[in-house]
Amino acid sequence: MTSAALLAEFRARRPAALARAISIVENRRPGFEAILAALYPSTGRARRIGVTGPPGAGKSTLTAQLTSAWRAAGHTVGIVAVDPTSPYTGGALLGDRIRMEAVALDDGVYIRSLATRGAGGGMSAAAADAADVLDAFGFDRVIIETVGVGQSELDVAQATDSCLLVLVPESGDAIQALKAGLMEVADLFVVNKADRPGADQIRRDIEFTLRLRAAPAAAVPRAPAPWTPPVLATAAVTGTGIADVLGALDAHYAYLFETGSLAERRRARLQARVVDIVDRRMRERMWEDAAATTWLAGQLDALAARETTPFAVADALLARPGGLGRRTP
Amino acid sequence: MPRPIRVLVAKPGLDGHDRGAKVVAAALRDAGMEVIYTGLHQTPEMIATAAVQEDVDVVGLSILSGAHMTLFPRVRELLHVAGRDDILLTGGGIIPQSDMEALQRTGVGRLFGPGTSTGDLVRYIREWFAERQPQDA
Repeated sequence: MTSAALLAEFRARRPAALARAISIVENRRPGFEAILAALYPSTGRARRIGVTGPPGAGKSTLTAQLTSAWRAAGHTVGIVAVDPTSPYTGGALLGDRIRMEAVALDDGVYIRSLATRGAGGGMSAAAADAADVLDAFGFDRVIIETVGVGQSELDVAQATDSCLLVLVPESGDAIQALKAGLMEVADLFVVNKADRPGADQIRRDIEFTLRLRAAPAAAVPRAPAPWTPPVLATAAVTGTGIADVLGALDAHYAYLFETGSLAERRRARLQARVVDIVDRRMRERMWEDAAATTWLAGQLDALAARETTPFAVADALLARPGGLGRRTP
Repeated sequence: MPRPIRVLVAKPGLDGHDRGAKVVAAALRDAGMEVIYTGLHQTPEMIATAAVQEDVDVVGLSILSGAHMTLFPRVRELLHVAGRDDILLTGGGIIPQSDMEALQRTGVGRLFGPGTSTGDLVRYIREWFAERQPQDA
């Protein structure tokens, strides 16, 4: 199918065309940039929500519950569910749909599972592009669900308007990680499986850690007042607490909108996307030239013998004819 | 770099025995494929919808209930309606040889009985994928 035919099918809202568009973008097939460019003017309408957290925290179940509630309110929902690729085999077992059965047959819901395919964190490099495609298709809400393993929380926060971090009473260790700086990425904390022992304790721990962070800001009042992430309790399997999460997401969106942070956040996202594209292009331009790789291989003896340094070799590579040029001081 | 083959592994119908489906899902993953596993008690409509949304190359059904003569044709038909005749529909379970042959005449791929090595299944899918007309994604 040509790109033009695909785009026509896409605009006719054929689910198969939506699915194929995401595949082309995910696989970086020829023409993927033209497709993203053609869809770009139609993006920017969806509210994008990130759902992240450790494995088994109930992210998919929570995502399904939020989706059901939004559907009941008349909103359509596109979901990108990201699971890890095995670094050994390149394969992946994508099981998030199992928990989303309740919304699987709803015409107003589209679920797409993506594997990380070597992306460093828990987020597929293509997830942000897939979110753009879903946004352009016209979904009112786009959820990116991803396993949180450190860096990926930052990625998902950057790709969304509101980022929800899901923890469970057993996530005590995760709080330590939060203290190490990941706390900032979450706009909302959800302690799921809150019917289990320890839920109150972990909520208090999170709230305490948040207050430590918020204290200096409170001492010097600023406008707009900073957003204080709420810490909510849910039991996603039964639906307990879902209404609170929806309310908090709406409150966060209203906060973003009223303070101008939404526009700011989205502009930052666009900037990051361009930087990302430039990074990728430079990388491709550098290494698609087989001579660069060959030349580098020829430097390994000198490097191993400590006759030169990795920095000198890198600068020489960049300064090669056809290289990217040396940064002028 | 070649993209991974995407396979939907589904367990339609009312029987609750999903060990076979899980073993197959894990074997295909270990063979470098991206496997979307949807769990038990899937209706043909759920399977076809998931196959379209996930843009898979292959749908594998595990059927132990005896309903294969109904379920395979129904999924094939729903994929046709969705414009996805190109998807390989394969699977396995307790299926008599004569039924396997009858289903294959209606556009279902090879079916695998009990005791099949997962290696045979992996080989079958890989060979099918390699021979198939190149797709634009």
